[in-house]
Amino acid sequence: MNQPPPLLKVSGLTKSFGGVMAVSNVSFELKEGELLGIIGPNGSGKTTLVNLVTGFVKPNSGRIEFKGKKITGLAPYKIVSLGIARTFQMVRPFYQLPAFKNMIIPLYSPRVKKLAGGKYGDRDAVALDLLEEVGFERDAHVAYKVAGSLPQGYLKRLELAKAMALRPDLIIFDELFSGLSLAEVASIVPIIEKLRFQEITIIMIEHRLKELFRIADRVLVLNYGEKIADGPGKEVMESESVKKAYLGSETD
Amino acid sequence: MKKRKERIDRGIKARSEDIFALSSYREMLYLLVPRAIPVVGLLGVAPFLSPYWQEVFISTSIYALLAISWDLLISAGLVSLGQSLFYGIGSYIAGALNHYCGWSPLFTIPVAALGGGLLCTVLLLPVLRLRGIYFAMVMLVLPLMLSRLVEATRILGGTEGLPGLTPFPNQLIALYVVQLAVLAALFGFRRIMASDYGLVVKGINDNDRSVMSAGINIYLYKTQILFIGASVGSFAGALGTHIDMFAGMPGFALDYAIMPIAAAVVGGMRTFVGPMLGAFLLVPLSEILRALGALRIVFYGLFLVVFIVALPEGIFPYVQRKYHQLERWVELE
Repeated sequence: MNQPPPLLKVSGLTKSFGGVMAVSNVSFELKEGELLGIIGPNGSGKTTLVNLVTGFVKPNSGRIEFKGKKITGLAPYKIVSLGIARTFQMVRPFYQLPAFKNMIIPLYSPRVKKLAGGKYGDRDAVALDLLEEVGFERDAHVAYKVAGSLPQGYLKRLELAKAMALRPDLIIFDELFSGLSLAEVASIVPIIEKLRFQEITIIMIEHRLKELFRIADRVLVLNYGEKIADGPGKEVMESESVKKAYLGSETD
Repeated sequence: MKKRKERIDRGIKARSEDIFALSSYREMLYLLVPRAIPVVGLLGVAPFLSPYWQEVFISTSIYALLAISWDLLISAGLVSLGQSLFYGIGSYIAGALNHYCGWSPLFTIPVAALGGGLLCTVLLLPVLRLRGIYFAMVMLVLPLMLSRLVEATRILGGTEGLPGLTPFPNQLIALYVVQLAVLAALFGFRRIMASDYGLVVKGINDNDRSVMSAGINIYLYKTQILFIGASVGSFAGALGTHIDMFAGMPGFALDYAIMPIAAAVVGGMRTFVGPMLGAFLLVPLSEILRALGALRIVFYGLFLVVFIVALPEGIFPYVQRKYHQLERWVELE
């Protein structure tokens, strides 16, 4: 019984929009360094759950703790400054600006300044380094191209780099793989594995189950806002309730 | 035979977003001349104007200040339908300090600029969370409310206003002060928006959720921008009130709310130069059209419509493109 305390602890989280229960009494814990996948059919409340944890939406009831500290109801920028970063399902960069200039906004945040000891340093140089890490080839000068001219795969990686720029302890990816080709997904997976190597805790909302199961330690399944399963990927998919949620119940 | 327009960057050899490599006088002039035009055009021409046109250009420059302030607010996604709020509050603060306390304009104007900026920011703080049209509605209503408040409670001279304020020593000095303020706001704001700070501000307008998720308190930034914009607007009001030697309810007039927007649209939004150009086109034009009597507004309106249809991007972005790029027709196969 000498377990370290969980990094993230969500208990009894509930949110309804009007009469619709988007998230209903969801509880889970996340250990440091773990990679948790969250899956579920469309409209099952996955993105709402992310919005709740990151402070974009206030819950009706329930409690969220991060590093043992209650973060329920805090403003998004405060939650980020504690160490939770996120990406958005819809990427919306500054299309007219070069890719590396898109990195300036997260690099301008108070958290980055604090971590760097009160100084920002050369933001452009840091931006270029980070982009190289996520696969913007420096020799090909991709980072200098305007974001509007880049293919979807690069835009998603730019989104990833923006989250990494905040040097978070927990990153939440909201459908990072959606809209990407198999090759593009294959090129992002090593970046995620590298993040894990740096002991960054990750939550991934995904529809691409095959790719997710390959890297996730644990998978949580939502349906109609309720948690219906939580465990290793293979086990979860075997469970009756999950099959029912994904394939519908048998009629006879 | 089909043709299409090809655009080629002109001028200096190495150019990126904000780094220029200069290697000859020609290239230096290429960059210097456009920046010198507003400085020389404003300060150099002023002494040669007739007193009547000096007066016109004073009021033009005051509108230009309001338009530049409007443009700063729109960069952060704050749609201001009430530049008259800033103008009116600035004019009343300067007027009251001069009228009741006998302060010289040397003190009333800076105090009115900062105090007005602060007061307007505090007034608007509760609605800063509102976006777009909602914020605009509140800004439209506030100056109307305040002017009725002055009328009903008869504070600050009521409908009579505060007359007999200290004027500027002479008209040319007044003109120079306003024009220097316009130039300072123009170059200052362009500098701010080209910096990384400006990038964050533009980001708030473009995609505020993405800026929030970067750990940045967007309301802090909006408050700062609002304060700067409101200060410049109040400064314009304080100058105007000493030039008119009168502070009163006309300070909250709708003119001060509408003209800056028209100027920004005609000149090209989010460029600061555009709104200034717009003011320098529209205000003198409305003076020239005075000769037409009652038909003035018709021609004025017609001009606005033609302009907006013909050049929807605004004058400045159009001129800027023509200056930086060569255009030629190339034939398609």
